[in-house]
Amino acid sequence: MADIMLVPELLASRQVRRNNSDCVEVWKALDSIADPEIPVLSIWDLGILHDVQRQSDTVVVTITPTYSGCPAMDEIARNIRELVVEQCGLEAIVNISLTPAWTTDLISPQGKARLREYGIAPPRERGAASQPVACPQCGSADTECVSEFASTACKALYKCRSCEEPFDYFKCI
Amino acid sequence: MTETVNNQALFRYVLALGDDALILGQRLSEWCSAGPFLEEDLALANVALDYLGRARMFFEYAARVEGGGRTEDDLAFGRTVREYHNHLLYELPRGDFAFTMARQLVVDLYNVEYLSALSNSRDETLAAIAARCLKESQYHLRRSREWVVRLGDGTDESHSRVQKAFDELWGYTHELFKPDKNEQALTEIGVAVDCCEIREKWNRQFDAILAEATLERPDDGWAIDGGRKGIHTEAFCSLLAELQYMQRAYPGLEW
Repeated sequence: MADIMLVPELLASRQVRRNNSDCVEVWKALDSIADPEIPVLSIWDLGILHDVQRQSDTVVVTITPTYSGCPAMDEIARNIRELVVEQCGLEAIVNISLTPAWTTDLISPQGKARLREYGIAPPRERGAASQPVACPQCGSADTECVSEFASTACKALYKCRSCEEPFDYFKCI
Repeated sequence: MTETVNNQALFRYVLALGDDALILGQRLSEWCSAGPFLEEDLALANVALDYLGRARMFFEYAARVEGGGRTEDDLAFGRTVREYHNHLLYELPRGDFAFTMARQLVVDLYNVEYLSALSNSRDETLAAIAARCLKESQYHLRRSREWVVRLGDGTDESHSRVQKAFDELWGYTHELFKPDKNEQALTEIGVAVDCCEIREKWNRQFDAILAEATLERPDDGWAIDGGRKGIHTEAFCSLLAELQYMQRAYPGLEW
């Protein structure tokens, strides 16, 4: 029997907002905006796209930052503004909101799968800190953490003892 | 946030919190390309980045509270020495790796308690910033605790270096627990954190880690403060010169 997939309340309410939105086409257009560092993840998958509201000729897009010092937020905001003008012919205002505080729980299940396919081990479930991190290349659980900080602030560097390849792990925060 | 909060008072408080983050971030960033080994180099640079992000959030809010047209950049780069109100502990030179991690332990223990309290602030923006930063500080604390224990309970050399580090910075730690009148007023209305209250818990946790690291708690014989009044140590001047150089040489510079 298949498990019923449980989604965090924040993601569920976000989906409702999208479904009931009067500017569904803008939400759809924003699906093509990816994280600059992880091009397989859209801002929807990553959970930082929080809301899209239409106000006559303007669209107000609300995003929530991941890490405090994340330098990608400015670029993402810029990409959003350019895309909305280009594809929807509307002005866009991007609000970077600190609430609700982003956590890795807000990465959608597809997002986590895409991370793994891309070669980045997705964040563990909260409370599963004792579980080993599986190698995204060979699947082995025989891995070790080489460094708490890797190519970006949000990732740690791991090494697989089975296939001996290094890989990034998206830290659970 | 109620209208009875004095804007000037709030501005001063938020600005000081921004300064704490900016100055420590600046000091930590000095390790970039100078780390003891590659992973630590990356780690310290990333921790510095977290602090700079924190500073941005505080400065951006302070600029809004001031409502005088100054931007976060104006606040970060455009003030004179006496207008920076960071605690002095953050501006001390980075020293050796032991000193940096000793200072970081003091700071991380403090920040985890402080930010937990601040996330209950009646000021929504401060509470939101605190909730955001608390997760990162918990991460930082894991690192600094591990390093202090490793260095303390390590070789003779690492043990003496980290002990010396604590002895040297100890007198600067008391300032963290002394609120000024401005902070006290804001604490009474539930906006700011009562830093005296944190002291007990901080002491207990700190002593436990020191014991594990086989280190001794330094004597309380001396204390230096002045940060919140803008009175700085000599080291601050070279830090400020480096921080502000580009904006002073090319005013209004943008990437």
